[in-house]
Amino acid sequence: MTTPGTSTRRVAVVSAGLRQPSSTRLLADRLAEAAGTQLAARGVDVDLRVLELREYAHDLTNHLLSGFPSPSLGEAIEAVTTADGLITVSPIFTASYSGLFKTFFDVVDADALEGMPVLLGATGGTERHSLALEHAMRPLFTYLHAIVVPTAIYAATSDWGAEQAGDGAGAPTGLARRIERGAREFADFVAGREPRQAADPFAVPTPFEQLLAEN
Amino acid sequence: MQFGIFTVGDVTTDPTTGRTPTEHERIKATVAIAKKAEEAGLDVFATGEHHNPPFIASAPTTTLAYIGAQTERIILSTATTLITTTDPVLIAENYAKLQHLTDGRVDLMMGRGNTGPVYPWFGKDIRDGIALAVENYALLHRLWREDVVDWQGRFRTPLQGFTSVPRPLDGVPPFVWHGSIRSPEIAEQAAYYGDGFFHNNIFWPMSHTKQMVGLYRRRFEHYGHGPADTAIVGLGGQVFMRPNSQDAVREFRPYFDVAPVYGHGPSLEEFTEQTPLTVGSPQQVIDRYAAMRDHVGHYQRQLFLMDHAGLPLDVVLEQIEILGTEVVPVLRREMATGRPAHIPDAPTHASLVEAAGGGRDTTVHAVDDVTGKAPEAAEASR
Repeated sequence: MTTPGTSTRRVAVVSAGLRQPSSTRLLADRLAEAAGTQLAARGVDVDLRVLELREYAHDLTNHLLSGFPSPSLGEAIEAVTTADGLITVSPIFTASYSGLFKTFFDVVDADALEGMPVLLGATGGTERHSLALEHAMRPLFTYLHAIVVPTAIYAATSDWGAEQAGDGAGAPTGLARRIERGAREFADFVAGREPRQAADPFAVPTPFEQLLAEN
Repeated sequence: MQFGIFTVGDVTTDPTTGRTPTEHERIKATVAIAKKAEEAGLDVFATGEHHNPPFIASAPTTTLAYIGAQTERIILSTATTLITTTDPVLIAENYAKLQHLTDGRVDLMMGRGNTGPVYPWFGKDIRDGIALAVENYALLHRLWREDVVDWQGRFRTPLQGFTSVPRPLDGVPPFVWHGSIRSPEIAEQAAYYGDGFFHNNIFWPMSHTKQMVGLYRRRFEHYGHGPADTAIVGLGGQVFMRPNSQDAVREFRPYFDVAPVYGHGPSLEEFTEQTPLTVGSPQQVIDRYAAMRDHVGHYQRQLFLMDHAGLPLDVVLEQIEILGTEVVPVLRREMATGRPAHIPDAPTHASLVEAAGGGRDTTVHAVDDVTGKAPEAAEASR
């Protein structure tokens, strides 16, 4: 049940495509649009924030080396860690997500995505790499204690030209069907949860007596 | 307000000459740097503690005692003392001894240390970092304040009837700062004890420093040590100066670009914008650091890292001279301007003795074999 004042959810979209335009971004946009439609059907407005990781490639390397984010990367990280749900898409490179994609999630605090609904997508040249979603990307987010929805969407180059509504009844098939199914699962999790409260360790510190007693 | 320098004791190749100092040269250079700091009118010299190459900063009290013997006035401190992996009993003994030898010119900054293998080398686990800092400091705090300590905890063998000797000079333990970059728990610890909090912000944006110091100040007041603006705050910093700022940038850039702590990441321009690193004229340094109090409030101690990135000793000594003669005198005036009268200075041995109502000898004499009491007590009860 949605109550007034809680009918908006913040969704972050992280795309790790390298070229512009990129099919990774194309899939990310399709997923975001489908999620928006599904959430709207549940009476939830979406506040969308799309991040192209290529814009942060240098800042990410700098963060690895210096230990702190540039102001713009800091804002990007915060956009993700304070979101109510995350849609994230990586190209598959050499049997796994791209290095840029991994670098971004390496500099996000390990507990920042705990309990966050996540919809995964990946792109590649052929369908043969699709299980990288299940063998590489899903375990990464499981480690981060995110809630990864059951359907992860892979788009091979050929998917972009495949028949999308070929059963005569107008129901989507192929990639469009997978996108809709993933978006529906994602929307159920996002709409079914209260908006995320960002934990501020500086606002309410653990009292020192408790730290002493824990010893 | 105190101004000083701190060193991490790294042995780093000078990229402009390809020359790497020997350990011996770097150890002797550390002494020369400390003596120069006193000569240039600075208030504090602090050394780090490391137990692995390329650092020469092990055995900090040996270094500090040697410096103490060759200086008159400068406060000898640490940045930091590894409260996690060092036995608190040894910290209590070593620094109380240093206090006696230097007539009270000692304080310490506690830190956890972020070199993973140091923990197992000393029989500890880095995952216990916070718990070690909490338990070990709680014991250290007692060892300096109670003549006879019965104690048991998680990380150290128990103590029964233990007396740490020598007792603190004049019955007053050295002032302690707690240094932390990221952990609210350590700001909380400093606030709980009413100790100082040092934020070594040299690699961090001011927005983060502000958050940590703000937490410490709020909790200092919460624990009843006084208003938040009277909490004892210290900051780090690092500078390189030439009369002409373009010359400073030109000379420092080759060092910055390949330094283990700076190089190959953000550009010098990005780094100076996002951290307190200031490369430019003395006036630029004055402007930058005079503005620190706008972010963290009136504070008590500013330490500068001067021997960084493999700079040769003669340049470091020259930099300390510029800092002490051209920058700090102006900063002292600037920081004093508009500083309310109730803002305290950083505690010193003299101020702590005064606050304790005067110094007293706290020597603990051996116990009487027959009565189990100290000789005076045994005498009195006869």
